[in-house]
Amino acid sequence: MPHLVLNKVSVHYDGQPAVENVSIDVAKGDFVVLVGRSGCGKTSLLNVAAGLVEPARGAATIGGRPITGPGSDRAVVFQNDALFPWLTARENVAFALRLRGVPQAERARRADELLALVKLDGVGDKRIWELSGGMRQRVGLARALAAEPEFLLLDEPLGALDALTRERMQTTLLDLWTAAQVGVLMVTHGIEEALVLATRIVVLAPGPGRVVRTFETGFSRRYAAGEPIRAIKADPAFAAARGDLTDAIFEGEAA
Amino acid sequence: MSVTSYSERQPTGTGETDALSVPWSRPTRKRRVVSSRIISAATILVVLAAWALSARLQLVSPVFLPSPAAVWSKFIVVINDGFVDATLLQHITASLGRVFAALVAAIIVGVPVGLAIGISTVGRGIFDPLLEFLRPIPPLAYLPLVIIWFGIGEPSKILVIAIAMLAPVALSTASGVRGVSKERIDAARSLGATKRQVVRHVILPSALPSILTGLRIALGAGWSTLVAAELVAATRGLGFMIQSAAQFLVTDVVVMGILVIATIAFVLEFIIRRVERHLVPWAGRE
Repeated sequence: MPHLVLNKVSVHYDGQPAVENVSIDVAKGDFVVLVGRSGCGKTSLLNVAAGLVEPARGAATIGGRPITGPGSDRAVVFQNDALFPWLTARENVAFALRLRGVPQAERARRADELLALVKLDGVGDKRIWELSGGMRQRVGLARALAAEPEFLLLDEPLGALDALTRERMQTTLLDLWTAAQVGVLMVTHGIEEALVLATRIVVLAPGPGRVVRTFETGFSRRYAAGEPIRAIKADPAFAAARGDLTDAIFEGEAA
Repeated sequence: MSVTSYSERQPTGTGETDALSVPWSRPTRKRRVVSSRIISAATILVVLAAWALSARLQLVSPVFLPSPAAVWSKFIVVINDGFVDATLLQHITASLGRVFAALVAAIIVGVPVGLAIGISTVGRGIFDPLLEFLRPIPPLAYLPLVIIWFGIGEPSKILVIAIAMLAPVALSTASGVRGVSKERIDAARSLGATKRQVVRHVILPSALPSILTGLRIALGAGWSTLVAAELVAATRGLGFMIQSAAQFLVTDVVVMGILVIATIAFVLEFIIRRVERHLVPWAGRE
């Protein structure tokens, strides 16, 4: 089973350390969430995993092979959806297939399947600017899944959405994660979001970015096993975990 | 008691505010939209009227300013019988042919140069100083050199126009390339795109709105270089027609030629805006 591993990674920007000595291990089927205050290097770590940033020290590997650049085994979804407005929703989803030279008909068929998977049946011919923020992120997720990645790297994918859409998208993310059998590494600012989604939460602290605590949480597994999300959030264990996580994030900081 | 008196009052109160809000909010906005166009139309009419009046009252000699009617009748005459051995349509075709040949040349050279400037440091190092050198030189200044090097044939005329068009095309392309969102490029790379595929599938389409703006500016620059390009050894073309007319003091043909050039420029601008809307409907909507 492939692992996405960051081993004692340090990231420097202009000689300044942004992340110091962080190790993260994501197995296929894991949902690892990075949380922490601003400037703790969450996104830097994600970019190292994506192959977009080279670590100053340490190593990033996938299935034992070193990560030297971006690759379709690790598809990235950004906060700003980064869709291509000159393509329709369907063509956006099929982008990875087009790069591989998959024939047109096959591409369209596969893209429609993925659009259906993210509950966007029938919007394939729509232009990107005709879609709402939530729908765009769904297209972005479908586009990432089209590359058939082993890992999904999500950089605050729900950050730009309104609160209501966001809650709906959280369960969509969990459904996709279960259906696609991928490992997920995600960055978020939302404490509740982290608890709902993660199988493991890695709490980072800034100055320079380092891991302060790791929580093994099981709420998303419970959702995957069929428990409704409302029942999970109403569980006293959820509230307790929420308190612990909040404390861990703001530890050592004066309000 | 206070409850009943309150419920009785409410409907009249809302009725009044409704009556107030309608006349306040709508008509002012409507009037503003109409007025800008009306003012433009009125301005044109006033200019035309002033022109006609000064011609009618013979404030200025017709050699300096022919009347609108004279210009119009000359327009008809040149369409039918021609001026300096070619009809108006032939002059227009010759000029448009030169401008579009130059435009094609400017696109073939300018877009790749702009891509190189926008994408690579080496490309920027090579082409940026050359373009910055070329850009501010007026066409009349390099026209003699072009003639010495390439003779007085058709290629020289096209070249002069193309040089004027090159900088706007290349620089707009470069600025479009530099404006491509990093996230889009990263997204494409993480989906498995090679460098070449990123250029083809992300950078070029992202820069397309900017490239089209460049073409619009280039068409304007090329069209205004036309007269200079047709200064030497042309036998047809709107610029040539105006110059020949000026030599014989046929002022009505000069004025008519200017108006034709302006009209064609206006039509070209209109067409390229339609093309823009068709090709890059997403521009400004992201």
